[in-house]
Amino acid sequence: MSSADLGTAALAVAFGTALYAVAAGVYAGVTRRREVAVSARRAVYALAVLLVLAMVLLEAAYVRSDFSFALVAQNSSTDTPTFYKLTAMWSSQQGSLLLWVFLLSVFSSAVLFLTRHRLREIAPWATAVLAAVASFFLYLMVFSENPFATLASPPAEGNGLNPLLRHPAMMFHPPMLYTGYVGFTIPFAFAMGALITRNTGADWIRATRRFALVAWTFLGFGILLGSLWSYSELGWGGYWAWDPVENASLMPWLTGTAFIHSIMVQEKRGMLRIWNVSLIITTFMLALLGTFLVRSGILDSIHAFGASTLGTKFLVFISIALVSSTLLVVWRREDLRSQARIDTLLSREVFFLLNNLVLLLICVVIFWGTFFPLISEALTGTEESVGPPFFNGIIAPIALVLVALSAIGPLLTWRRNTWKTLRRAFLVPLAVAVVTLVALLAFTSAGDSVPALVMFSLAAFVGAVVAQEFFRGARARRTMTGEPPPIALSRLVGRNRRRYGGYIVHVGIAVLFLGIAGSSSFNDQKDVRLEPGETVKIKDYEVTYREPTVAIEDDRSGTGAPLSFGAVLDVRKDDEHFVMRPARNYYPSQESAMGPVGRFFGGEATSEVDLRWGLSQDLWLAVQPDLRKLKGPIRRGNDLPERFAGEAIVAVARHYVDDPPPAAFRAIVSPLVVWIWLGGGIVMAGALLALWPSPEARRRRVTSLYAARLGRELSRA
Amino acid sequence: MDPSRKRKIRLVVALTAAVLLATMLIVVSFSAGTSQLLPSEALAQKPDERFELGGTVVDGSLEERGDTLEFAIQDPNGSAQMPVVYSGAVPDPFREGREVLVKGELEGGRFVGTDMTTKCPSKFTAQ
Repeated sequence: MSSADLGTAALAVAFGTALYAVAAGVYAGVTRRREVAVSARRAVYALAVLLVLAMVLLEAAYVRSDFSFALVAQNSSTDTPTFYKLTAMWSSQQGSLLLWVFLLSVFSSAVLFLTRHRLREIAPWATAVLAAVASFFLYLMVFSENPFATLASPPAEGNGLNPLLRHPAMMFHPPMLYTGYVGFTIPFAFAMGALITRNTGADWIRATRRFALVAWTFLGFGILLGSLWSYSELGWGGYWAWDPVENASLMPWLTGTAFIHSIMVQEKRGMLRIWNVSLIITTFMLALLGTFLVRSGILDSIHAFGASTLGTKFLVFISIALVSSTLLVVWRREDLRSQARIDTLLSREVFFLLNNLVLLLICVVIFWGTFFPLISEALTGTEESVGPPFFNGIIAPIALVLVALSAIGPLLTWRRNTWKTLRRAFLVPLAVAVVTLVALLAFTSAGDSVPALVMFSLAAFVGAVVAQEFFRGARARRTMTGEPPPIALSRLVGRNRRRYGGYIVHVGIAVLFLGIAGSSSFNDQKDVRLEPGETVKIKDYEVTYREPTVAIEDDRSGTGAPLSFGAVLDVRKDDEHFVMRPARNYYPSQESAMGPVGRFFGGEATSEVDLRWGLSQDLWLAVQPDLRKLKGPIRRGNDLPERFAGEAIVAVARHYVDDPPPAAFRAIVSPLVVWIWLGGGIVMAGALLALWPSPEARRRRVTSLYAARLGRELSRA
Repeated sequence: MDPSRKRKIRLVVALTAAVLLATMLIVVSFSAGTSQLLPSEALAQKPDERFELGGTVVDGSLEERGDTLEFAIQDPNGSAQMPVVYSGAVPDPFREGREVLVKGELEGGRFVGTDMTTKCPSKFTAQ
């Protein structure tokens, strides 16, 4: 049996196993038979094992360049660097479906293992829901999109990975996004279980909130990696274009952000139950939509993936999931009544609700704008689209409100606040914000853009709020315990990880928005054509095109490009002087009609941007060499016998260096852009801190298990 | 104020806000939207009206003249063609035979474009 057959068989068995887990989960849920529930859970473990096997088989085929696998021939080749061979799998439709369901099976196994002694009523139903989602993806692979499909006559060489995707960030981006999408399936499944069994308290939230936070963290990180790729690899120099597929990944992140905030209200006060289940349903649906949009081709986007047959199937699955989960909420609405009421408008729960509304509003605007081509075609008959100005214009002011709320929320206490406590909480942070505002107006030109000015001041406000929270907490602890300040601070944070992790996340988001505000309001871009020796001025930089360069089989960034035409530029800023080397990589085309030399210039080409990072601003340079003068030498090379192709290419390259034509350059000076990535890093650090299990929680869990066992034994006695 | 009345007021305020926002969204998007047309539809378009021209870059039509590109875009079924003069930044995946979306306006029978989106060719499709 070949490894392709083994893989196909593993998927078929996995499909059967998933169906069994659905049936067993439902049966166990209805009859409450423990041994059936255990069997359903073990079926999910088996599913994970089978899918690990499938992943290993497919990766092995990529590594050994087995072109009898259609997928390997389609997006890998022997000259693709090993790192990109390993990650080429998810650049294909089939491979990415396998990755999705593999991650789902691993996450499902993890959550079912962790809850095996808890949530006895909910867990079987959650198992059934998780297995049902897995069966859908397995159904797609077993019946139409088999990643192990083979070719009757394997080609000698594969197509290679799309050069645009040869960037480390791009290779980690899909698994991160999928981890996020898949992670939100877990709380969704448990929410469904909670609704079916009428256990609508906070138990399902406590059991899955860590997964929601993991999903949120990975999804956010994935989105950020995508924008980093766009900024440093795509030759246009921006990090966000409001492209439909980008929007599709941002929407579940926004509703997920709302969810991880509003579940705190349910845990603390027993309120917002309908809201929370609706939010997790929305988030899961948006995650499915994100997976679907990439494959449907219904919206124009640089990520649009051509005709695919999966559109209808996905739409049917999403509709079934949406209708059944909504009906479930309506059916159980009596069980979802709040246990408490809002006492006053000035309370933390009200600000949580406000933050939720603002996040949802952003999501609605993005949804509307993304689907506007379809909406307008349905309403008026002509397809219209809205561009970045629409999104920026509406979302920028809402984002300002969001950052302000992220500062105010932590200052309020649950239930009610008095003016006295408010004054005490707000005095210092507000003063810091005002001083920042005045200083910015007095010493910088930030006043040129009002939204940016407001965002900078708000970021200072958030920073001051969080610093004050850390300071006051540590001081209170010190007074109580008499510990020295550093120990008091670290123990304070260590014992309240979720809370202080959350505060750090707020700082990170504020820093990120600071970077967005700075780089979008004050950036400068020039597109110029320079002869060697010519200079262009951009902001306070003087950029001189010194000379062209050609690299043959010597690609700096390890993407496997055989040819790279670039430029050396001298950059001067005040007394500073440095050299930058942007280039353009050329990947050979497989079309023999272009000739043995011509095909090296006729394939894909990608910009290799050179970036000078800086805390205050980045200098970004891309080059587009003019190859028209090379047509003659290329034609002469084509006429030579094929074994001289190497020498002919060297001759073409020498021609380019000896008699350089002018080259087109794009130069961008983007202030503060690096703070977007730094802010993202702070968010990650905060999220990790919040996720790390605290020693006390672990102890509590042990003692509560012990207490429960003791209680059971006492009641039996 | 009794709680039921308070709740009603809250509901009315929330609904009004939602309706206002929805109206704003609709008005803004329809006034900011640009239409996407195929060459066959664009032939009837008035000059000086901005729209997005979508379709396939005709094989063999591409010519570079200094900073500008000249090429033709055709309907996916090949029924109609339109010449394009393009002067903006060229995305990496731009090639003859690829699907593109160009933003611009008609000038003397030619489409003068300033902005372009190309469809990513190989991801998720067999070439």
